[in-house]
Amino acid sequence: MTRELKINGKTMVVEAEEGTPLLWVIRDELKMTGTKFGCGVAACGACTVHVDGQPMRSCQTYVEDVEGAEITTIEAMSGDRVGAAIQQAWTELDVVQCGYCQSGQIMSAAGLLAENPKPSADEIDAYMWGNACRCATYQRIRAGVQRAAEILEG
Amino acid sequence: MTMTTSRRGFLQSAAAGAAVLLVGVRADGVLAAGTDTAQDLNPFVRISADGRVTAIVKHFEMGQGPTTGLTTLIAEELGVTMEQIDYAFAPSNPQVYNNLLFGPFQGTGGSTAMANSYEQYRKAGAAAREMLIAAAAQEWGAEAAELDIVDGQIAGAGQSAPLSDFVTRASAMTAPTEPRLRQPEEWRLIGKEGAVRRKDTPSKIDGSGLFAMDIQLDNQLVVVISHAPRMGAKVAGFDASGAEGMRGFVMAKALPDASGVAVYAESTWAAISARDMISVDWDMSNAENRSSDQIREELLAGVNGESTYQNWGDQAATAANVDGAAKVIDKTFYFPLLAHAPMEPLTCTIEPREDGGAILHDGAQFPTFGHMTLSQVLDLPMEKVEVRTVLAGGSFGRRANPTADYNLECAMAFAMTDRTRPVKLVWTREDDVRGGYYRPAFAHRVRVGLTEEGKILGWDHRIAGQSIMKGTSMEQMSVKDGVDHSSVEGVADRPYAIPGMAVGLTDHEKATSVLWWRSVGHTHTAYVMESMMDLISEETGVDPVALRLSLLPGETPAQTRMAGVLRRVADMTDWDAGAPEGRARGLAVHHSFGSFVAEVVEISGGEAEPVKIEKVFAAVDCGVPVNPDVIRAQIEGGIGYGLGHAMRNEITLTEGEPDQYNFPDYEPLRISDIGGIEVAVFPSMEAPTGVGEPGTPPSAPALANAIARAGGERVTELPMLTQVDFV
Ligand code: FES
Ligand code: FES
Repeated sequence: MTRELKINGKTMVVEAEEGTPLLWVIRDELKMTGTKFGCGVAACGACTVHVDGQPMRSCQTYVEDVEGAEITTIEAMSGDRVGAAIQQAWTELDVVQCGYCQSGQIMSAAGLLAENPKPSADEIDAYMWGNACRCATYQRIRAGVQRAAEILEG
Repeated sequence: MTMTTSRRGFLQSAAAGAAVLLVGVRADGVLAAGTDTAQDLNPFVRISADGRVTAIVKHFEMGQGPTTGLTTLIAEELGVTMEQIDYAFAPSNPQVYNNLLFGPFQGTGGSTAMANSYEQYRKAGAAAREMLIAAAAQEWGAEAAELDIVDGQIAGAGQSAPLSDFVTRASAMTAPTEPRLRQPEEWRLIGKEGAVRRKDTPSKIDGSGLFAMDIQLDNQLVVVISHAPRMGAKVAGFDASGAEGMRGFVMAKALPDASGVAVYAESTWAAISARDMISVDWDMSNAENRSSDQIREELLAGVNGESTYQNWGDQAATAANVDGAAKVIDKTFYFPLLAHAPMEPLTCTIEPREDGGAILHDGAQFPTFGHMTLSQVLDLPMEKVEVRTVLAGGSFGRRANPTADYNLECAMAFAMTDRTRPVKLVWTREDDVRGGYYRPAFAHRVRVGLTEEGKILGWDHRIAGQSIMKGTSMEQMSVKDGVDHSSVEGVADRPYAIPGMAVGLTDHEKATSVLWWRSVGHTHTAYVMESMMDLISEETGVDPVALRLSLLPGETPAQTRMAGVLRRVADMTDWDAGAPEGRARGLAVHHSFGSFVAEVVEISGGEAEPVKIEKVFAAVDCGVPVNPDVIRAQIEGGIGYGLGHAMRNEITLTEGEPDQYNFPDYEPLRISDIGGIEVAVFPSMEAPTGVGEPGTPPSAPALANAIARAGGERVTELPMLTQVDFV
């Protein structure tokens, strides 16, 4: 059935049955492929998007539950103050390896910094726990979040 | 960043009229230059009339950094900045873009990307530089020797102009066969800290990077496969009525080799949902039904008797020697099956071409096998098949498969359609975790005989496991006198000067499909060697560093380099001063893929408290460190990969069927599992060697040694989780 979704500030019309994960609507219907599929069971964080500012696993978020909500994906992060700071930090520290988890890492990091502008290493670990990186870029992610916090502080 | 990934892309820009300078090699391997690829030339560097430089990268990018590393080599020799150069993935052409260490075969593996490209890419960049300089010298009436290219400007003899001014003239010249390579004192990029940032970062932080999973072609079908639950099970029949009428479901067909049922749909979610509604009858008569417990028993029996192959030394004499020793340390080790589980599940897409040919879009680690597989299954000549390499979301060995398994599945699925629509194959995480091609299970038994004074008298080492290489097209390369070197590497070729050593191997009959997994045989051999070193150290009271150094007397270059990284890591940690209060440290050193890595893992807990990995130190000697920070990143990643699996991962089989499904029961290393990692890279002038794998082998034994030194269990069976409590 036809639904309206608000993604990155734009209203988009999609065809999706009830029970369809938001992930597949974004990737297959809207062809926005920055949001990744890693596990489908909310165990890796590769599919993280923001729903009304909160990081959510889009693989376990059903399309009918987010109609009318503000959905934000990695594609909008360059235009976001926190997102841009994270991207700058990620560039300075060369955080990425294969890169496949990094959209999700950045979306989670943005969620963290929005609620805690100066997280400690332990707070980063606790918040980012669900974002797996098989390339194990973890220490750079930790340093990247702290660097982004510094950039945001100005 | 502009990315050209196809041969067609080059031709188009050449046809657009402006001159292009291409430098690369001809099919016979001779360095050559030209203006378009139709001249039997496949370029490593392409310079367009506006001066834009592109490195044509023959290795795929799974995060290990060739899009940065090979680009650095060209930029260095040519004399441009990293901002003035882009990269593009090479098309599949095994004659030209072959891995020099693999023969006429294009592929990435064995940590060889930099090792086999180092000279080749520098030469291409140097030839381009000499041609541009010759063109400028002609135009200015100057001597070529007076000119150089710096930051894209040709300068000297009182003149200066951007290199773009000379592309047209240079493109009409012939390439020098032996261009002068820049000397280390001239280097501005190679080995220079902070000089180079990763070229692939921008597209990986804004969602624009194109991974194989991101291929979205007009009108494409998505296929998921209902896979055989056990190796060797065949489709006897299936019922798709439950999927009929589901939105987006198109059809279901058994694969021609009966290995599964292909479910076709208009979207990924439709395919995944439809698969759940299709029931398959499996013919299990030829299926593997051994459990992992049985595999374990068989492997342990394999190391408790005489080995089938005597790989090194005289087993019987060594055993007798050990029996007569004053003290004997006797340990048996076991390593379970492991899945690679790269972050991006396996996927590729086949697109029909208007001329009847086909394009494979893939994060192609072995493009040559993919190319050949499509040619065979689709009955197309090689020239009608094209491989377009896109980013790969990790691999750890899984995308490099002599059977080209997922390319083959996609080709079979495509062949069963009318071939008018692109077909994208998608594996879910469950397909990946349960799909075989595991790191084989291995057992080792080591008996070390010591004299009264604690000197090693004899070392009887027996290994049993399933060969990775036998029965594959890689067999010739790796198997000698019956011994698959990948089963014994790291023991048979250890740099340690161990007196009275014998190494025996017993193959284990095929129990499941197996494959190389980040660092291959070293995943288990380093663990055993370095655990034994610490066991000897415990027994004799000789410090772990001193003991190892005593077996590395510097009689071979390998011993010298291994001792070098060991001393370095001891310095970094102030080893002799001991671990900080409340912490314990374990150490391991190993040689693999030409590189030497020593690591120290520092933990808290261990005896009564749960273990936490607080910090890891590593010292690396991998020859010339082309991009030191990429090397550090690879070592960091290799350590995390090794530690995570050692801590808690295993694939177990019940009657041949994997018990694990997805990340919840194949739990990845998490950010909270590991503290900081400090890596020191040696400023070596030796030829560059691998870094993608060598960080992995020493990590698990260093952790095991730390746990033992903290008063915890001596872990000889992985994963550790069954015996050790982690935070
Ligand atoms: S794909 Fe959603 S958490 Fe893994
Ligand atoms: S960078 Fe590869 S999974 Fe995180």
